[in-house]
Amino acid sequence: MQKPVSENGPALAQLIGVSKRYGKTLALDNIDLAIQPAQVVALLGPNGAGKTTALALLSGAVRADSGSVSLFGGDPTDWRVRRQIGVMQQSANLPETLRVAEHVRQFSGYYPNPRALDETLAMAGISDLAARRYDALSGGQQRRVQFALAICGQPPLLFIDEPTVGLDVESRRAFWKVIAGLRAAGTSILLTTHYIEEADALADRIVLVGKGRVLAEDTPAGIKARASGKRIRCTSNLDITRLAQWPHVSSATREGHTIELRSADAEPLLRRLLDADPQLADIEVMPLSLEEALAALATSETITLEQAA
Amino acid sequence: MTSNVISASPAWMLSRIYWREAGYEFLRMLRTPAFALPTLIFPLVFYVMFAIVLPGRWGDFDKSAYLLATYGVFGIMGPALFGFGVGLALERESGWLALKQVSPMPTGAYFFAKIAMSLCFGLVVVILLSIAAVGFGDVEIALDRWLLLVAVLLLGTLPFCAIGLWIGTLVKGQAAVAIVNLVYLPMSILSGLWMPLFAFPQFLQKAAVIWPSWHLAQLSLGVIGQISDVRYLLHVSVLLLTTALFLSLAAMRLRGR
Repeated sequence: MQKPVSENGPALAQLIGVSKRYGKTLALDNIDLAIQPAQVVALLGPNGAGKTTALALLSGAVRADSGSVSLFGGDPTDWRVRRQIGVMQQSANLPETLRVAEHVRQFSGYYPNPRALDETLAMAGISDLAARRYDALSGGQQRRVQFALAICGQPPLLFIDEPTVGLDVESRRAFWKVIAGLRAAGTSILLTTHYIEEADALADRIVLVGKGRVLAEDTPAGIKARASGKRIRCTSNLDITRLAQWPHVSSATREGHTIELRSADAEPLLRRLLDADPQLADIEVMPLSLEEALAALATSETITLEQAA
Repeated sequence: MTSNVISASPAWMLSRIYWREAGYEFLRMLRTPAFALPTLIFPLVFYVMFAIVLPGRWGDFDKSAYLLATYGVFGIMGPALFGFGVGLALERESGWLALKQVSPMPTGAYFFAKIAMSLCFGLVVVILLSIAAVGFGDVEIALDRWLLLVAVLLLGTLPFCAIGLWIGTLVKGQAAVAIVNLVYLPMSILSGLWMPLFAFPQFLQKAAVIWPSWHLAQLSLGVIGQISDVRYLLHVSVLLLTTALFLSLAAMRLRGR
């Protein structure tokens, strides 16, 4: 397995201080993102976090309102620059009356050094569907054809938006295997997902995004460590707004007399809690699931005074 | 590395992309009965009915030759309006256009493919009409005149490609079919493509100048000698202006996304 040459080497694709607004929605808010050679990066975050917008900017579908977007040192809105990328979007439907092999041949023709047709079909797992018309395929098979179009040109960088949404477990595993193979062959991949296990299984680096900003960026192990929080419940009259500002508290909510705190570092927090409120009772400490911890990170460190979300 | 890849786009590779794009566009439209059947068959059926089957003379006009020119215009309008209008509208809705926009396809190839497809279908329609006219309508037309007519009709697809393109930027999906039909059929009738304009009330005859299809019909009728005193320069200018106008409108819509 090839390791990144250097963390500081020239990035294949890069967003620097990029903002993008759609009408009233600020989809990206001054975001920085870089994909190094031979690296798989997962953009992880809830719907509406700005993942798809980041891909759209890097693949030249839209232009940034501010900041700089670069792809192989060029501008992704130039089609010649895009010969170095392959893209699989979330909701693309190909013309129904063309056959699978025709679709792949058409896209292969855009690239200077495409993969052989049979090889592309085999990698996407659609060899037996080559002569089928697109409208005669199941949804999962159509996704595979779209994947075939992304890889047919042997580009050094792939953008894949929510690759396994709607796939069954078996297809998802098969897809992961293909991604691992591409990565081993030195292809860089930027994928978006809202499945933590997918990011964990595939990525060298996870970029956690929420509300158009990068909340955390680390290896999967690092992200998991950050997210390995605890949930503390107890009965107390301590002021929740002040609690939320304590160092080890990532979120604080109240429900009647019960307060619930989330923390990445529970022990010092417990010590301080017991000191601050001698009447404190009914302590419960539970581990947070990874999903909960990331959701807490993704909604950022705000206090929710309502019922726990 | 980047500059190498960018400079490595020799003309032959580019032209192969363009032609392949056109080939697949033609193939997939040919396999779409909702497009291929009406655009290829309707002009022929109407022509056979009005020019050949229905009896009657209109003064000095040679009915089957006259209607060859006007149904020729009707015939080339269909693929251009539907190919661009409905094609673009459907491709915007399905996400196909979005995928093409991030693929390494030169933007020009997309438009080239659609124009080439419209021209091919248009040419087939004109040939079908000509076979009917010469074979069953007793039309006598010299080869050079006929080639001139074909050239006029094919060049005449451009304003309708532009109008179709603009419609395709306005609406998405199947709505475009209705809009194109609302433009195509009334414009054809009011330009005298189905029946000569002298069968119409005076004010409709006068109003025909606003339709680009009327101007193209004047050119077509002129080159095959069915009408005289044709102001070629005027009609060509109107068609060019129409093309420029709708291309600009479409470009504004596409950029404004």
